[in-house]
Amino acid sequence: MVAPEGQREGRPVARGELTARELLRWTWRQVTSMRTALVLLLLLALAAIPGSVVPQSGVDALAVTRWKEEHPDLTPIYEKLDLFSVYDSIWFSAIYLLLVLSLVGCIIPRCLVYARALRAQPPAAPRNLSRLPEHTSYETSLPADEVLARARKVLGRRYRLRVSTGSTGSTGSTGESDAVSAERGYLREAGNLLFHLSVLVVLAGFAIGGLFGYQGGVILVQGSTFGNNLTQYDDFDPGGLFTPEQLDEFDFTVEDFEVEWLEEGSGAGTARGFVAGLSYREGDGPERSYDLKVNHPLSIGGTDVFLIGHGYAPVITIRDGEGNIAWTGPTVFLPQDSSFVSFGVVKAPPAEPEQIGLEGLLYPTFDLYQGDPVSVFPDARNPLVSLLVYSGDLGLDSGEAQSIYVLDKEDATLVTDEDGKPFRLDLSVGETIELPDGLGSVTFERVEPWVRVQISQSPGKEVALAGVVLALIGLCGSLFIRPRRVWVRARAVAGDGAGDTMAGGTTTVVEVAGLDRSGNGDLAEVLTDLVAALHDEKERP
Amino acid sequence: MTDAAWETLSNQGVAVAGLVYFAALLVHLAEWATLRQPAPREAALVGAEAPPASTSNARRTAAERAAFLGRLGFLLTCIAAGAHLVGLVGRGMAADPNRVPWGNMYEFTVAGTFVVTLMYLGLHRRFRLGWMAPLVVTFVLTTLMVAVIWLHEPVQPLREALNSYWLVIHVVSAVIATGAFTLGGIASIVYLVKMRKGSEATGSTTTEGWLGRVPSLDALDKLAYRVHAFAFPVWTFAVLITGPIWAHEAWSRYWNWDPKEVWAFITWVVYAGYLHARATAGWKGRNAAILALVGLATLWFNFIGVNYFSSSSQHSYALEAPVERPAGS
Ligand code: HEM
Repeated sequence: MVAPEGQREGRPVARGELTARELLRWTWRQVTSMRTALVLLLLLALAAIPGSVVPQSGVDALAVTRWKEEHPDLTPIYEKLDLFSVYDSIWFSAIYLLLVLSLVGCIIPRCLVYARALRAQPPAAPRNLSRLPEHTSYETSLPADEVLARARKVLGRRYRLRVSTGSTGSTGSTGESDAVSAERGYLREAGNLLFHLSVLVVLAGFAIGGLFGYQGGVILVQGSTFGNNLTQYDDFDPGGLFTPEQLDEFDFTVEDFEVEWLEEGSGAGTARGFVAGLSYREGDGPERSYDLKVNHPLSIGGTDVFLIGHGYAPVITIRDGEGNIAWTGPTVFLPQDSSFVSFGVVKAPPAEPEQIGLEGLLYPTFDLYQGDPVSVFPDARNPLVSLLVYSGDLGLDSGEAQSIYVLDKEDATLVTDEDGKPFRLDLSVGETIELPDGLGSVTFERVEPWVRVQISQSPGKEVALAGVVLALIGLCGSLFIRPRRVWVRARAVAGDGAGDTMAGGTTTVVEVAGLDRSGNGDLAEVLTDLVAALHDEKERP
Repeated sequence: MTDAAWETLSNQGVAVAGLVYFAALLVHLAEWATLRQPAPREAALVGAEAPPASTSNARRTAAERAAFLGRLGFLLTCIAAGAHLVGLVGRGMAADPNRVPWGNMYEFTVAGTFVVTLMYLGLHRRFRLGWMAPLVVTFVLTTLMVAVIWLHEPVQPLREALNSYWLVIHVVSAVIATGAFTLGGIASIVYLVKMRKGSEATGSTTTEGWLGRVPSLDALDKLAYRVHAFAFPVWTFAVLITGPIWAHEAWSRYWNWDPKEVWAFITWVVYAGYLHARATAGWKGRNAAILALVGLATLWFNFIGVNYFSSSSQHSYALEAPVERPAGS
């Protein structure tokens, strides 16, 4: 970016452009340096923290709303900083994109270097082996050739050996005639490169999922059918490049739903398991059935269907003042906690003379505890609804979309009894109660269970998974393979009266040295073993 | 055996483990105190000049006593680990249906500390970890006490979402990695302490007493690296492979930036940073060790802290006990 600008200004070559290019090169070197990678990694870790403290709209939209209500002053600031969607924010993306840039810039040159290194021979023995940090030497009566042949044999099993030079002679005067050069652990770098490249694969898989995938949720009362098109979802969260044509063609019906409750012990009142019996059809295919459970999603084409929650829908019939049925059917009530006491509203807009709305709680197994209504078990064994009644304009005619879980009470009035206290409907299954003022009556017919189903496509998940698995394999290679170079040099020296020389008056001085390329091995032991192995071979003949 | 009997056995196992760990700690502290006297080799030198026999004899018995105490402490730790295991298995057997003993924080802590002990015992010979004994035992004992006092919950069946074999694999690997990271972290702490002491009083003062038994800085660094290098892939497997697979099956999203996931990711990134630091000039040694400890802090914070300050985690053992059921209480 800098260099072209220099050119555009048409400055005569030399200095300006040179520094520009140098600057560019310097920047690039900075970006791809190990230190930068390290700092960026730490920045990434740091940047991930706020998202675990501030509620995230992608995780829990409700919590975000609540937080915003509680902190009206901070909200605009937080919004500006994208703190409610940290992981999609510009600053978070900037860090990891820089990291990716650094990674690519770091990995590509290393791949090239590695490709060359693969073909190269182990380097020739340095002139002075005793200069290496790890070295040892000993004397032996064996001729030098013999020692080297043995070294070649011992090392050849697990090392790549430098092919004896002689003819190539490019290694200079020392040649290789008096030494064996060996190297092993080439796969470490391969593992490391594989790991870093796989990180890119994972990111690609993750990005595909984020762009083309979607998540949708829907609550279905037992007996109802879901057809897979956009209008049927309660909530729908598509990726940026999602198109509705992606939706797989299928429908399914929740035939029945069962919960196995624990009756006793400390876990009483928790569910041991839930099963939703589904019948489903893919396209125009035959009808099939599937037991949908937690941890056992149903896969249809590229779409997965998950069971993630359940609750109760009381079936309530409202008759208006003229005796006509103004509403009948199951209404989804939302559980407030794990006792499954559930809250909901029932609306009867066609009721005459006035619209009727009910709001209140459902107790699955009703009982009184010290005068307070409670549910003693989460299963619907003695269900009771306790509702307040509103009449008047429920705000449904304005045409604005309204949540089915909220009653608009602005223009409605709370129905009271003769004493002016709120009129409360407490109904067990089968009971009917007349409303005051000739408004009508309410009947509690029965309770139907409902299930909350999550439907999603996450394309690219296989790519991401393959990426992580490859990364893990590469990582293990990178961490556990110990690359090193080992040299053995044997040289005959004239015997100078050292007593233990047996024949001919010459001894062979053997020098062994090694270089640990990862800096984490225990080279000393390796060299000791090698020397021992060379000795062993000596003692055998 | 009834479930209640198993639960009692489990509680007793953990209690016995705690007591025996405490005994082991005392023994190791006695060993430590013995070592505060000049090291045996120096004693021998001193003995050569000064009146011989009796003193050098006394010195030798001091060294011997230290060795004996070391072995005793090790033995006690083994016994404690046995009781610890009983406590762990009892938890799983006490549940109906039987299950893996890591369904909530208490159980996870008991399992995690058990792995720390197990790894310490397993690596004791190979890496000559005798010097680490007081630290490991202190850590395990303290964490176990925290678990018993603050985290203990009666046995309960697994929540539905946790009822998956992926949970078994996921948690086993997470627990193993946690144990290993903790051991590596201890090595890093000792590295920093020894480095500090070494630079304060230059020379060979560090060869005295307990720090004298601690391996050289270089060896400590390598040990820490090796343990971390083992733990990191295991953590990768736990957090980035089995975790997402399980999350996908249970919640339909393989990665949802849930606080638990976020912190697991942070831990992973910090340890990746540690591995990088060791290969970066200027970051080797001290800085790398500090990074390892930051990683360890995020790890344990995720495990204990996140549950208490963040309510939106879907990782359900973070949730409190299921129902307020006044009629039953
Ligand atoms: C997405 C970000 C990255 C992650 C998660 C990551 C992770 C890792 C891990 C876990 C290791 C340890 C494996 C080993 O010791 O061989 C490692 C090593 C290494 N990484 Fe990265 N890395 C990242 C980015 C980079 C970048 C941008 C560079 C280049 C500047 C880089 C260069 C290296 C090198 C040279 C090693 C080998 C160190 C050694 O020889 O021990 N990495 N990386």
